[in-house]
Amino acid sequence: MSNKKAPKENDVGTTGHDWDGIQELNNPLPRWWLWTFYLTIFWGVLYTVFFPAWPMISGATPGLLGYSTRGEVAADIAAVDERNADVSAALASADLAALSRDDPAYHYGVSGGAAVFRANCSQCHGSGAAGALGYPNLLDDDWLWGGTLEAIEYTVRHGIRNETDFDSRWSEMPAFADILEPEESAAVVEHVLAISGQGHDAVLAANGAPVFADQCASCHGDAGLGMQDLGAPNLTDAIWLYGGSREDIAYTVANARFGVMPPWGQRLEEDEIKAVTLYVHQLGGGE
Amino acid sequence: MSDAVTESLYTAREPIFPKTVSGRFRTLKWRLMAVTLAIYYATPWLRLDRGPNLPDQAVLVDLAHRRFYFFWIEIWPHEFYFVAGLLIMAGLGLFLFTSALGRVWCGYACPQTVWTDLFLLVERRVEGDRNAQLRLWNAPWSIRKLRLRMAKWSLWALIALATGGAWVFYFADAPTLARDLVAFDAAPAAYITIAILTATTFVLGGFMREQVCIYMCPWPRIQAAMMDDDTLTVAYRGWRGEPRAKGKARTDDVGDCIDCNACVNVCPTGIDIRDGQQMACITCALCIDACDDIMGKIGKPRGLIDYLALSDEPLEREGMQPRPYWQHVLRLRTVIYTALWAGFGLLLLFALFIRAEIDVSVAPIRNPQFVTLSDGSIRNAYDIRLRNKHGEDRPFRLQVAGDLALRIALEGTDYEQVMVAANETQLQRVYVIAPGGAEPARRDRTDIRFWIEDLVSGERVHVDSIFNGRGLQ
Repeated sequence: MSNKKAPKENDVGTTGHDWDGIQELNNPLPRWWLWTFYLTIFWGVLYTVFFPAWPMISGATPGLLGYSTRGEVAADIAAVDERNADVSAALASADLAALSRDDPAYHYGVSGGAAVFRANCSQCHGSGAAGALGYPNLLDDDWLWGGTLEAIEYTVRHGIRNETDFDSRWSEMPAFADILEPEESAAVVEHVLAISGQGHDAVLAANGAPVFADQCASCHGDAGLGMQDLGAPNLTDAIWLYGGSREDIAYTVANARFGVMPPWGQRLEEDEIKAVTLYVHQLGGGE
Repeated sequence: MSDAVTESLYTAREPIFPKTVSGRFRTLKWRLMAVTLAIYYATPWLRLDRGPNLPDQAVLVDLAHRRFYFFWIEIWPHEFYFVAGLLIMAGLGLFLFTSALGRVWCGYACPQTVWTDLFLLVERRVEGDRNAQLRLWNAPWSIRKLRLRMAKWSLWALIALATGGAWVFYFADAPTLARDLVAFDAAPAAYITIAILTATTFVLGGFMREQVCIYMCPWPRIQAAMMDDDTLTVAYRGWRGEPRAKGKARTDDVGDCIDCNACVNVCPTGIDIRDGQQMACITCALCIDACDDIMGKIGKPRGLIDYLALSDEPLEREGMQPRPYWQHVLRLRTVIYTALWAGFGLLLLFALFIRAEIDVSVAPIRNPQFVTLSDGSIRNAYDIRLRNKHGEDRPFRLQVAGDLALRIALEGTDYEQVMVAANETQLQRVYVIAPGGAEPARRDRTDIRFWIEDLVSGERVHVDSIFNGRGLQ
């Protein structure tokens, strides 16, 4: 039994290797396999000549074709830019208010504007544009400086209360702690609570009405409906930039609070400004 | 060390010159070849009117627009499970056929077999049958040999070009692409694909042939797992044929095999079926035809080489009749494969029929969860994707149910309707608004249901979602 050799009838030769009677059969491989193997080696060497391959002290050999993944990305970006050149130029020179929703420039603007927004605006306004305390929510129907395409574009381009753009939107609420007596302040806070439909002290609110007419109505309007030309918020609605509770309003009356926004006209391209304007306008609050 | 190495570890391919054969299996194979080649070459040219905005090609893989058209079925990328299901069915079908009939796929329907057969046909027409081919192979180069070789290779190249060319027609409108190809106006990818497939067809069908089956294809090595003693496969009745003898050596006590080598000469993979089952056998059954022919000539019954099941060997050795084919084919294994195959098929058919014509998905926007409007009402936003699978533009109406206080509004339009272009997906932002004092605004969450109606067909579907209110805030 132990002497049994490889089956004779199959006529399989051995490689000549023999370990303690165990022989290695030789079923020859096809020769084209061997040549394919050599070809892959040759191909591999060739590859290292034409493409970046061998590691050196400071980087790898560049290869004869000068290929690089960075270069490929740059070429891809250039190709996309070139493809979008026409629609981008059309957007840059478009009158946004007259731009049809079916216009390719509109779609380009909304999609591109989303990217511009994420890169430049989301730090304050949030990635979902819902804002935060002190940073306006761009999704709702309440606008400090106006929610038309024209108004939004102006705000984006020139910013708010910044010192770098002479055309920036500007207004400042005085800190009434220096102007009003404490009881006058308390009364005007009750008045604001009253006109915004919240729980309030009716007597104090009545006392606050003349104070409001004297001190606040010039910007916020007689009825407290605000004035977009001055960025004065509507005090009668349910939306509060700095909070609408008694304590929040009292703090705002005493110390005054307002935000600053940079002029994006100095940083963004014309088509990017138009794009982000279109994007913000279609988030749900555009007028 | 015992024997010295005398053989090389590598061998060159032995040229094979299969002899022409005729018979029942050869006839079947010619017919199958005609059918399979006709399906391959003609399918892209079948037309089917789907409407003005959809392609009128019956079978089309539209990679650019990510659509797969198969006659009356249109598959979008999110329905790719249909393709996966078809692949599973193809796999189970292969299991079924292999367990019942061995390598029938290899022998009759595999493209490698079909195209090699076609190339062999050309080879015989140009150079003659086996003996003429052998002589030409051994002859030194001459004008005649060069002329015959060039003629054969040219014909092969033409077939290869037609094969590679036909492939790309599955991926674009065939008549348009054909015009573009001729005018050198088609995409480079089309030319590159044609070039690659032409080259592979030419090399694999003309020169590699059985090497593909033996050394390149994984299937021969896998399918042994599906075969058992009851699998019908091409085999040699050694108990009837042995001891083989020819000519004067034939006495009364020899077997039926006259050792004429007819079975070996017709074999496209160059094996001897009398050595038993082997990996190189693709069960093309041509040796059956060859042997039947010889048996007829010497006045013996046909079937010395035949479709056999191994389990019949003991019976036949005892001189009994083999069991009928259907008893071999019908066994637990094949029944299970058939049941699985049919089950998947029915499942796919079922999925196909319950597939709504309106395809909608609703993605609630949860950044932020809700927006408070100036009048105190609460607004939720949803991205609704409407897919219009029809050949013409369709209007859809969107409605919301769940609480009477809820109101729906569509971004960009004052209406509750949206027009979706033919064969497109439209992304529509939809707002659902609840007045500040209403129940859904005060609650944490409210179940809602979007109703989407195709205003042309009147078909309605619904998608459930959630409305977020102020809740505990």
